[in-house]
Amino acid sequence: MDIRPILSTLMRHKIASLLIVLEIALTCAIVCNALFLIGDRLDRMNMHSGIADHELVRIQAASLRQLSSDDAVDKSVSLEYLDTLRKVPGVRQAAIVSQLPFGGSSNNSSVNLTSDQERPTLNATVYTDEGSLVKTFGLKLLAGRDFNSDEFQDITDLQKAGDKAQIPVAIINRSMAEKLYPGQNAVGKVFYSWTESPTRVIGVVEELARPNSLDQGAYAMIFPLRDYGAGKHYILRTEPGRRAEVLDAAIKALKKTDPNLLVVNQDTFDEVRARYFEQDRAMAWMLVVVIVALLLVTALGIVGLASFWVQQRTKQIGVRRALGATRGQILRYFQLENFLLATVGIALGMLLAYSINQLLMGKYELPRLPLHYLPIGAIALWLLGQAAVFGPARRAAAVPPAVATRSV
Amino acid sequence: MFGYYLNLALRSFRRNKALTALMVLAIALGIGASMTTLTVFHVLSGDPIPDKSDRLFYVQLDPEPMRGYRPGEEPQSQLTRFDSETLLKQKRGLRQTLTSGGNVVISSDKPGTTPQLVDARYASADFFPMFDVPLRYGRAWTASEDDAKARVAVISKELNDKEFGGGDSTGKTLHIAPNDFRIIGVLDAWRLTPRFYDLYNDNYGATEGVFMPFSTARDLDLGTQGNTNCWADSNGDSRALNAPCAWVQYWVELDSAGKAADFRNYLVNYSNQQRAAGRFERPANVRLRNVMELMAFNKVVPGDVRLQLWLALGFLLVCLVNTVGLLLAKFLRRSGEIGVRRALGASRMEIFKQCVVEAGTVGLAGGVFGLLLALLGLWAVRQQPASYASLAHLDGSMLLLTFVLAVAASLLAGLLPAWRAMQVTPAIQLKSQ
Repeated sequence: MDIRPILSTLMRHKIASLLIVLEIALTCAIVCNALFLIGDRLDRMNMHSGIADHELVRIQAASLRQLSSDDAVDKSVSLEYLDTLRKVPGVRQAAIVSQLPFGGSSNNSSVNLTSDQERPTLNATVYTDEGSLVKTFGLKLLAGRDFNSDEFQDITDLQKAGDKAQIPVAIINRSMAEKLYPGQNAVGKVFYSWTESPTRVIGVVEELARPNSLDQGAYAMIFPLRDYGAGKHYILRTEPGRRAEVLDAAIKALKKTDPNLLVVNQDTFDEVRARYFEQDRAMAWMLVVVIVALLLVTALGIVGLASFWVQQRTKQIGVRRALGATRGQILRYFQLENFLLATVGIALGMLLAYSINQLLMGKYELPRLPLHYLPIGAIALWLLGQAAVFGPARRAAAVPPAVATRSV
Repeated sequence: MFGYYLNLALRSFRRNKALTALMVLAIALGIGASMTTLTVFHVLSGDPIPDKSDRLFYVQLDPEPMRGYRPGEEPQSQLTRFDSETLLKQKRGLRQTLTSGGNVVISSDKPGTTPQLVDARYASADFFPMFDVPLRYGRAWTASEDDAKARVAVISKELNDKEFGGGDSTGKTLHIAPNDFRIIGVLDAWRLTPRFYDLYNDNYGATEGVFMPFSTARDLDLGTQGNTNCWADSNGDSRALNAPCAWVQYWVELDSAGKAADFRNYLVNYSNQQRAAGRFERPANVRLRNVMELMAFNKVVPGDVRLQLWLALGFLLVCLVNTVGLLLAKFLRRSGEIGVRRALGASRMEIFKQCVVEAGTVGLAGGVFGLLLALLGLWAVRQQPASYASLAHLDGSMLLLTFVLAVAASLLAGLLPAWRAMQVTPAIQLKSQ
């Protein structure tokens, strides 16, 4: 079909055409960026924790006995709890940890490659391992080994040692290994953190996410330190299907040993994770609602204006029909017209989408809009335009040729 | 004439029900989304203490060693315990307080109850008059009770309702394991948005349950929560008086905003003295920000909320462009009618007015539905997990703004179509009928 008559008709309706183009452009730009933001949130929410997500339950509990600030009491109470928990049916491993991935509160430390460095190389989160963290978390060792039993020390002893304090060995995650020693085998290398003495890397785990501050880089390290202070987390590993049952039995067992137990948190790791990303999930849903509403409004706008045009041109349509145009040709005329308007709108929208992305990059430190979001937005709007114009176009095609002769 | 145009507008609505409904819907959606996000933004970015937000200042010093020094860099965000206690003793402002967050375990004598963890605030005496904290019963503690490390506590209204069934519970005993505290005051309903005095805990969280002297909390070695930053070995106790750790917040109230320069000089002098004494190494690097400056610097309003605001305004723009197009279609569809009116003597201005009245009416209807949508939107926001969610309520000024925005937006959208409509030439229209 010839495009020229369509163009010349559109030129006679400059303002209305321009409005449709503008609306499509704005919608295209916003939808592309909103889709991109949803993708960004989904990526965050699907981030690897590195631990056995579906096999872990967490109990954060404290005893009134631990509030006297006596290290020996803290230790004996913690070990008593751990012992109780290990005996709960269904528990395969149990560990005491000071923090857990996506758990919120965290302990972080700067890391240097030399002892007299001016600015730290990176900031890593610190997991303390009481004895079986790698096994209980289900971490995957990429290189090196787990801690030996003679490598653990009490954190209170470390604190008392003052200048002589040493953490001889540590396990780090892959992100940290790659950042500290790019292109090299990290096992056997040393870094400086916490104490004046060097710490040697003995193992590298594939992944171990931070409890929070994810923007500081995915760096994590594990120190073989037994930390028994109040408020620590007890992590139990079980089979996915038995989590609820194990959690229930574990709380009951603890309360039996200590009726005054203060349970701060009791949940599965999946719940911990879901809570951490709640805000991202809410934001992603909000963006979905905005996209749907925008497409709806745009579609309704197209329907409205197209109906107006069909009504205005009823006589011309009748004339064309009388001169031999088929219904299909009339239908295609309006569809082609919409396609042209949508194409101009989409082209403009792409430019706008990129400028909005530039603004977002500056303001919210978002990455550059990946190119593949543009065709998605474009196809969505082309389809939307065609669907919206179909109704009015069909009504136009139904105009009988006799109209041409009626009111002349 | 206005009444007549209104009448015409209503008639036109009845004739073009679908088109009118579309326009009202578009404006309502745009207004509803914008008002929801604007309200959230308004609540979160408002001045939490308007009477004195320009006289309350947050103090920062630079106590770090020379290692890693870069001139002009932002100093530590909080103070060391030594500096905050020294500044407090020197009393150079109208009022001053040092404060930190924490949590405590409260146990009860009642059989069958289990201990519970409650958020606490440790502060020195001026905290209450400085931040206009309302007391329902009793009193706040005094500076002499600070000095005596008295075991006294002020509790929140919520905790009082929960533990003591409301009523005047001053004089009663509060077991903060393993110690006993005497309750000397009960707060009235009080919630700051944001809780600006401590930006290192939940900014939009609820008020702490227990308030006690900072000195008492240190005496009993109660745990703190929030951000602690150490730059050297603290030998296991980052809360010790001389620990090289920043974790205390220090606020000062001045007589007037104009006294800030004097106070800043005092802080510079203090820094220089500390350097002379060998405690500080870096050149004096102080910050003194008032409440709103501190909130802006710390970007207290969540990024997501700003993003939502921009998104909603973009959405409103699309809805307006849509409305312009539909109004244009609507007015031009009536070209014949307009031609007749013009031929009968109506001036272009009158046609313009008639169209604008019709656009405004659409806007008003859109505003009413938009308001309902905004209420629905705010309800949805309140279901969200964020701690600020429960604060999302429409107030009088935002209600008014909804209608102003709706009518202004639709009048703006009606200008172009009305201008086009008044250009209709009567002769052509009459001829073609």
